Amino acid sequence: MRDFDLNSIVLFVTAGVIILFVIAQSVFFLRQAWRRARELGIEARVLRRVARSSVVFTIAPAIAIILGVITLSRFLGLPLPWLRLSVLGALTYELPAATSAAAALGVPVSEGVTDPKTYSTIAWVMTLGIMSGLIIVTLFLKKIQGGIQSLKKRDTRWGEIFLTALFMGMISAFLGMIFADITAGLKGWIPVFVMIISSLLMLICGFFVKVLKVKWMEDYALPISMLGAMALSIPITRLLG
Amino acid sequence: MKTSYSEKVHTWGRIWCSLALVMLMLFPAAASIYYNAWPDGMALLKGLMGVVPIFWTVGAIEAFTYSPMLGSGGSYLGFVTGNIANLKLPCALNAMEIAGVKPGTEEGELISTISIAVSSIVTTLIIIAGVLLLSWLQPILESELLAPAFANILPALFGALAVVFISKNWKIALAPLLFMLVLFIAVPSLAESVSVLVPVGAIIAIAAARVLYKKGYL
Repeated sequence: MRDFDLNSIVLFVTAGVIILFVIAQSVFFLRQAWRRARELGIEARVLRRVARSSVVFTIAPAIAIILGVITLSRFLGLPLPWLRLSVLGALTYELPAATSAAAALGVPVSEGVTDPKTYSTIAWVMTLGIMSGLIIVTLFLKKIQGGIQSLKKRDTRWGEIFLTALFMGMISAFLGMIFADITAGLKGWIPVFVMIISSLLMLICGFFVKVLKVKWMEDYALPISMLGAMALSIPITRLLG
Repeated sequence: MKTSYSEKVHTWGRIWCSLALVMLMLFPAAASIYYNAWPDGMALLKGLMGVVPIFWTVGAIEAFTYSPMLGSGGSYLGFVTGNIANLKLPCALNAMEIAGVKPGTEEGELISTISIAVSSIVTTLIIIAGVLLLSWLQPILESELLAPAFANILPALFGALAVVFISKNWKIALAPLLFMLVLFIAVPSLAESVSVLVPVGAIIAIAAARVLYKKGYL
């Protein structure tokens, strides 16, 4: 049997091939949507703005994902976490999935896996365990979207309100979560203060865009507010933590 | 023309996503073959038992809740590339807002797809850069100085999003917001299962919106 290496070149290459596939899929959909948008008369200028603002917005959350790769890499080496967090997963799923698989096998998550069988079992559990969303989308998305469209056809206004309500439900759940620790004392309020600062920064951006007519800022208001609030969370945590 | 694009998206999406499902299995298969180390049936089953009941349910809920918001192309991409709630969905929402288009329309579908595609490509490239530069980046990213910034990424994101979207739709948002506030303050441990609560919030918002709409308040 080969010597087992969590960071073997074969594992890196396999992960790399799958990640290239996913990039290819993104490029494919990007080109198709761009072309169709141009056909519909949406200006290239607008599309470029959308693309630019998406790039800038993505940077901070993507860097946070690297942190997740680092966390999991102590236990699983680099290739598997690199793949799992680039494709399909989020740390909120991958970490518990890996932990649960490790617990079932009776291995600690605090040190690197040394047994190839343990490694392959964990890799299979993480892959098979977190698949249902993709399977359902592949099989049923057409039906789901058809349902939404027929809802809109019956009553356009209600169709719009329905989608807005979905968004509000999601935002409400995450906003509520921010308040989860407030009964734990001042420290528990830190996320709330960060949220408020982010909101205030967004309002200031809105003032610049709408009143002072600083048009370019409109595209970057969300990343500016987000990064500003993240930066200010550092002194806030020092003060209250 | 309209039907033809949306028809085509589903055909492309099904092909790409089916291939993606196969590709995803490639990694554990390659590891098993290369090291000649296939999992024991019982160990695999035990591992899966700890993961599947929760994550298959969450995945199913996410598919039904997020896909109407992401649009077709956006869903086919977002469910392959992941990180939907913390990255792809806010990105698409923001993009539609900037472009002045509505979700559920063809224009909204296209803008959402473009933003999710761009975001997916950028995320993947940043993670590649991160993996390549890991030894250099690790001490910076894991420094005590930056820890609070990464710990507060969701409040920083949703605070700004809330201003834009709740101010426009506060009547619809009021009921789910109050419910979630009370729920999370009463049961703080629920913070770990926020993705299960997204559809709960959505159902409350839809019910409240229905009542308001019927009474003519919207």
